[in-house]
Amino acid sequence: MIAFWFKILLIPIVVLFGLFIGLLYKGIDRILAARMQLRVGPPISQPYRDFKKLMVKDNIIPRNAVKWLFNLMPVAALSTTLIILLYVPLGGTMPLLEGQGDLILVLYLLIFPALALILGGFSSNSPYAIIGAQREMIVLMSYEFPLSIISISIAWLLSFTQPGANVFSFLVITNNIIWGLVGPMGFIGLILLFVVLLFVMQGELGRVPFDVAVADTEIAGGVLAEYSGRNLALFYLANTTKVVVIGSLIIALFLPWNISDFFSVAGFSAHIFNALFFLIKLFVVTFLGSSLIRVAVARLKINQVVSAYWIHAMSVALLGLILIWVDVALQTL
Amino acid sequence: MIRKKRISVEQHNELEKAKKIKKLGTVIKAIWVFNWFNSCGFTDLIPVVGSRWDMERFGMILTSTPKHADVLFIAGYQTVKSLKRAKRIYEQMPEPRVVVALGSCTMTGGMYWDSYNTIKRLEDYIPVNLYIPGCPPRPEAIFEAVHKMMVHVQESIKKLKVGKHG
Repeated sequence: MIAFWFKILLIPIVVLFGLFIGLLYKGIDRILAARMQLRVGPPISQPYRDFKKLMVKDNIIPRNAVKWLFNLMPVAALSTTLIILLYVPLGGTMPLLEGQGDLILVLYLLIFPALALILGGFSSNSPYAIIGAQREMIVLMSYEFPLSIISISIAWLLSFTQPGANVFSFLVITNNIIWGLVGPMGFIGLILLFVVLLFVMQGELGRVPFDVAVADTEIAGGVLAEYSGRNLALFYLANTTKVVVIGSLIIALFLPWNISDFFSVAGFSAHIFNALFFLIKLFVVTFLGSSLIRVAVARLKINQVVSAYWIHAMSVALLGLILIWVDVALQTL
Repeated sequence: MIRKKRISVEQHNELEKAKKIKKLGTVIKAIWVFNWFNSCGFTDLIPVVGSRWDMERFGMILTSTPKHADVLFIAGYQTVKSLKRAKRIYEQMPEPRVVVALGSCTMTGGMYWDSYNTIKRLEDYIPVNLYIPGCPPRPEAIFEAVHKMMVHVQESIKKLKVGKHG
């Protein structure tokens, strides 16, 4: 019973941690992007200032908009993002909420922020926003398939090597580090899956090269064209928090090492060590998966986005799956 | 029962002004700019975004829709047709909003002073907060103008604080 109330008390701490870290990593990301383009870049606190400014600005609701949907969707986007935050392992510890099929639940919940963006775009009744919402829908359909291939293949690998275990729970996934379960062929397959997952992260966050839904120079802000003030601030916060969510999902699937065993510390200090190591891992993942790709390439067209995910990413992910399957088959022979 | 304190119109206006100044104090730390450029002003202001002058170090970024913008940069001459669009963009911007007019065209008509279809003084049509002279102005002039805006807002906030305590 005490553990239950302790978890309830931890929920606001985790939520605040997610919001804070999300904005911090956004600042780091902006500075790094600026340095790569030979610019000085904004101060690290710029996202906090942006958020504060958006909160004091006027909140304009278009006359033709579906008012309740228009106002509800930013809240829905942020709250669903925060709910996923409670289901993924953060800072080297177990998630606060867990149950039967955590991985599948997280995959389903990851659709909701994008869905809120789509509904918000449609409800604002502006031509730019509607085009943006349609594009967001197409991008959502494109990246879902590679993402599910990756998570299914990991669960499938675990079900082979750990028969009888609850393979969709993060406890099993993080305790059995997948890199140690496979031979050299499966190792290559896992690397392919990891690279595809980094590209899926870009589409999930709606950043360059997959930012067709909010293409600034083409369709004037796209889905967010009509949002201003408080509503825009909530969407901004949802997007920055999503970085933490997807980053920690990638860490839980592919990089679940903890540093406390290496330094042989225990108790409370072990948690601090693990949390700091988690932040470093999160930085590496966001740098490789978001900042570097964002600066290096330009925006793809919408048909190129679909073919990049449905043909290229999917074939690479399937190749990884087949390599893992061959590897597991060779091991069991 | 709580009764709202009755205040005169002047007091109400003063309170509203103080509120607006406080809001501007947070806005100047993260200025999102919308550009409405017609001519040479555009070509000379693109470097402001680039790596040489880099306006992001002051927290200024470009937005693509007026709904996100705090500051509207209007550059170059406005014709009767383009002014309609400029007005519409201004009306879509959420409060508090600031309009900065660039170039001598917006002040006097510039080299188009005797043209039949250009606007001579932008101030007659849209409330302009700041003019930046030049034909077109250099990027340094833009930063000086933005700096003046920031200093002005900070001084007004200081005055507010002094007024409260004194």
